[in-house]
Amino acid sequence: MINRIIAWLADVTHWQGDDGILRRLVEHMEYSAVALVIAALIAIPLGLYIGHTGRGRFLVVNAVGAARAIPSLGLLYLAFFWLAPRLSGEIAFLAPAGLVLVVLAIPPILSGAYAGVEGVEPAVRDAAVGMGMRGTEVMRHVELPCALPLILSGIRSAMLQVIATATIAAVLGLGGLGRFLIDGLASQDFPQTASGAILVAVLALAVDMVFALVQRSVVSPGLTGRYGKVSL
Amino acid sequence: MIRFDAVSKQFPDGTKAVDELTLEAPTGKITVLVGPSGCGKTTSLRMINRMITPTGGRIWIDDQDTAEMDEAELRRGIGYVIQHAGLFPHRTIAANIATVPMLLGWGRRKSEARALELLERVGLPANYAKRYPAQLSGGQQQRVGVARALAADPPIMLMDEPFSAVDPVVREQLQDEFLRLQSDLGKTIVFVTHDIEEAIKLGDQVAVLRGSGNLAQLSDPAQLLAHPVDDFVADFVGKDRGYRALSFQQSPQFPLSRESSVPLGATPAQAAAAARDGWVLVLDADRRPLGWIEPGRITAPVRPEMLARGGTVATAGGPLRNALDAALSSPSRRGVIVDDQGALLGTVRAYEVLAEIEERARPELDEADLERAGLRPVEETPG
Amino acid sequence: MTWLRDHFVDVLGLAGQHIYLAGVPLVLGLLIALPLGWLASRYKALYPFLIIGTGLLYTIPSLALFIMLPLLLGNGVLNPINVLVAMTIYTVALLVRTVADGLGAVPDAVNQSATAMGYKRLRRFMSVELPLAVPVISAGLRVAAVSNVSIVSVATLIGVSQLGSLFTDGFSRAFLDPIIVGVVACVLLALLFDVAILLVTRLATPWQRAGSPTA
Repeated sequence: MINRIIAWLADVTHWQGDDGILRRLVEHMEYSAVALVIAALIAIPLGLYIGHTGRGRFLVVNAVGAARAIPSLGLLYLAFFWLAPRLSGEIAFLAPAGLVLVVLAIPPILSGAYAGVEGVEPAVRDAAVGMGMRGTEVMRHVELPCALPLILSGIRSAMLQVIATATIAAVLGLGGLGRFLIDGLASQDFPQTASGAILVAVLALAVDMVFALVQRSVVSPGLTGRYGKVSL
Repeated sequence: MIRFDAVSKQFPDGTKAVDELTLEAPTGKITVLVGPSGCGKTTSLRMINRMITPTGGRIWIDDQDTAEMDEAELRRGIGYVIQHAGLFPHRTIAANIATVPMLLGWGRRKSEARALELLERVGLPANYAKRYPAQLSGGQQQRVGVARALAADPPIMLMDEPFSAVDPVVREQLQDEFLRLQSDLGKTIVFVTHDIEEAIKLGDQVAVLRGSGNLAQLSDPAQLLAHPVDDFVADFVGKDRGYRALSFQQSPQFPLSRESSVPLGATPAQAAAAARDGWVLVLDADRRPLGWIEPGRITAPVRPEMLARGGTVATAGGPLRNALDAALSSPSRRGVIVDDQGALLGTVRAYEVLAEIEERARPELDEADLERAGLRPVEETPG
Repeated sequence: MTWLRDHFVDVLGLAGQHIYLAGVPLVLGLLIALPLGWLASRYKALYPFLIIGTGLLYTIPSLALFIMLPLLLGNGVLNPINVLVAMTIYTVALLVRTVADGLGAVPDAVNQSATAMGYKRLRRFMSVELPLAVPVISAGLRVAAVSNVSIVSVATLIGVSQLGSLFTDGFSRAFLDPIIVGVVACVLLALLFDVAILLVTRLATPWQRAGSPTA
C-alpha cells in the first residue's frame, strides 16, 4: 500500500495541470490566506477594542466556545444551502466555503487579541497613561506589542483551523488539496486519498512552522525571554 | 508649587476617597503623603496628573489650574513613578527611559543620548541600555522607573510607593540614592508611602492622612515626631518617637576621648598594652575601625574573625541618634566617632551624648498647632 | 420538523455512536496525558519536547488523520477504531500541556509541606498534586470534549456513522432538515459533555466551592 502511495506521489503527471498537486496546493494556500486575512482584519481590531475598553467581553468568551462546538462540516453544508441558490457560477461554491472559513477563523484570533491586551500588566498600562500617552498611543506603543505573542498564537490556531476546514470544503466542489481526499474517497482510489492526506498534513505542519518562525522574529525578545547574547 | 484647594473625590458608588483636601507641596521640596491603606493618599496623588478626576475643588500647578490643561500634555510635564515600575516589557531599558522624550518629539538620537545619561545618573552600567526589563532585578527596575520619570527633566515628580516592592536592604539604598539625586535636581516631589519611617526619612514635609483624605497633620519630620497633634497621628507615628527624633538633631563637637588602637595582626601582648577597660579598637590601614577586641581572651595575633562587630560608628557632626547608638551598641561602652572618610577620630560615652540631648530644647510647636491645641506660646524666660 | 419526529430513533442511535466516538478517546486521552504531563512538569528538560511534539500532532487536519491512520494501523478505512485513535491523539495533544501546566501551578509550599509530612512521591501525586490540578485539567478536558464532538462529525466522510452522517445524508438529498438537526444535536452533545465534566469537577473539588471566609 505504501508503495502505491509513493508511486502515486512520484508520478509527474499527478503534479501538473489544472487538477495537479501544484495547482491544488496553490489553491489551498490561496483560500486559506484570503480567509485568514479577512478574519484577521475583523478580529484583531475588534479584539483590541474589547481588550482596551473591557466592553463586550461576554461576546469573546461565548464566540470562542460556540465556534468550537459547531461542526464545521455541518456549517459548510448549511452555508451552501443558504448561499448557493442566491449566487451563480464559481462564486456559488467559493462564497459558502469562504464564509465558513472566515467565520471559523475569527474566534481564535479574536480571543488572542482580547486576551493579549487584557493581559497587559495594569502597572504597565498605568505607567503609559501616566507618562502622557493618549488612548491610541497606549494601544500602538504598549498594548499591541505586548499582545502580539497571543495575537500570533491566535492567528496560528486559526490558520490550522482554516487549512483543515478548507480540506473538508472540497465536498462543496471547492478546489485545493481536499479534492484528492474527497475525489479519492468517492472513486475508492486509495493511493490518491492517502497522498492527499499526507500532502495536507505536510502543508499544515509546514505552515505552522513558518508561523512559529515569524512569531519568533517579530515578537520582542523582552516578551519571549530570548535575549540573545548579553554579557552579564 | 502644587496646591490642593478643597479637593474631593467621590467614586460613583458613593465612597468618599478624598474629602476637601487642602495642601501645598512647595517647589523644590519633597512632600510625603503618608497614612494607612484607604486614607486616600494614592487617590490624591493621582489627581495631580489627572489619572483620577477630582469631583470637587481645584489642583493648581504654580498658577495654572490643572483641570484646564490638556491631560496628555500635563502628564508629559510630570514625572511618574509607580510601585512595580511598570516598565514596558517589550522595550529595551534605553527605549523605556526615552519614552517621554520620544512622545515630546525630541527625535531618536537626542532621546537615546538622554537615556544613556540618565542610566548613569541612577547608578546603572551603560551596557544595561540594550537589556530588557525582565533581565533586571526589582531594585534595578525601580531605578529605571526613576530614570524614565526624569527623562524629559520635568519640574514635578509624582512617586507612588516606588520603593515598597523591594527588599529592605535595597529599599534603603534606593532611598539614599534618591535623596542624593534630589539634592542635585531639586524637583518638586509628591511621594506616597504607607511606611512612616520612609516618610520621615525622605520628606521635607510630611502630610499624615487619615480616612478619606483627611489631613491629620502637615509638618516637617522633626515636628511630627515631637508634636503629634492627636492620638491618631501619635499612634501612626509609632513608638520610639523620642529616640527617632534624634535623627533630626545634629551632633555638636563632642569632647572626644582619644582611643588607642592596634592593627590586624597585633600580638596579644601589644593588644593588651593598648587596651582600656579590657577592650581595644582594631583599625585597618586607613585607620577605619574594624571592630573591638578583648586582649585578655586572645592567645594568637589578631585576626578579623576574632573581632566583636556589634558596635555601630557615627560620623562627627552627624545626627545625635547615630552618636547615641554608637555608644549604646559598643561592647566597650565607648561610641566610635569617625570623620567623613570613615577614619577614627575618638570615642564618646552615652552619658556625654545624653548630656547634650538634655541641653537641647524640644522643637517648638507651630503657631497653628498651638492654637488648635488651645495652648499659649511659652514666654522666653530671661536667662 | 416532522423529519425529526419520524427519524427520532435513528438520530438517537447516531447520537449514541457519536458519544462513544467522542467520549472514549476523552478518557483514554486523559489516562495517557496524565503521566506525560507529569513527566513534562517534573523534568523541565522534557517539557518543550513533549509540548512541541504533541502540538505537532494537533496540527494535522482531522480528515487527513482519519485517512492516514488505517495506513499506520493496518486496518480498513471504515473501521471506527481509526476515529477512536485519531480522537485520542487530539485529546492527548490538548491535555499534555494542560496537565503539565496544572501540576506546575500547584503551589510549591503545598508540595513541600506534603513532603515534610512524609508523603512519598506517588502518594503525594495522587493525594495532593493531582487533586489540586483538577480545576486546570478539567478546563482542558472541557475544551477537548467540545472539540472532539465537533471533529468526530467529519468522520462521516470516511463512512463512519454518527451525527455527522446527517450532514452527508441531507446534502446528498438536497434536504436541509437533517443538516440542521445534526448541527443542533452536535452542539447539544458538546454542551452535555461540558456540563457533565463541570459537574464531576464540582463534586471532586469541594474546596473550590468553599469561598472566602465570612468576616
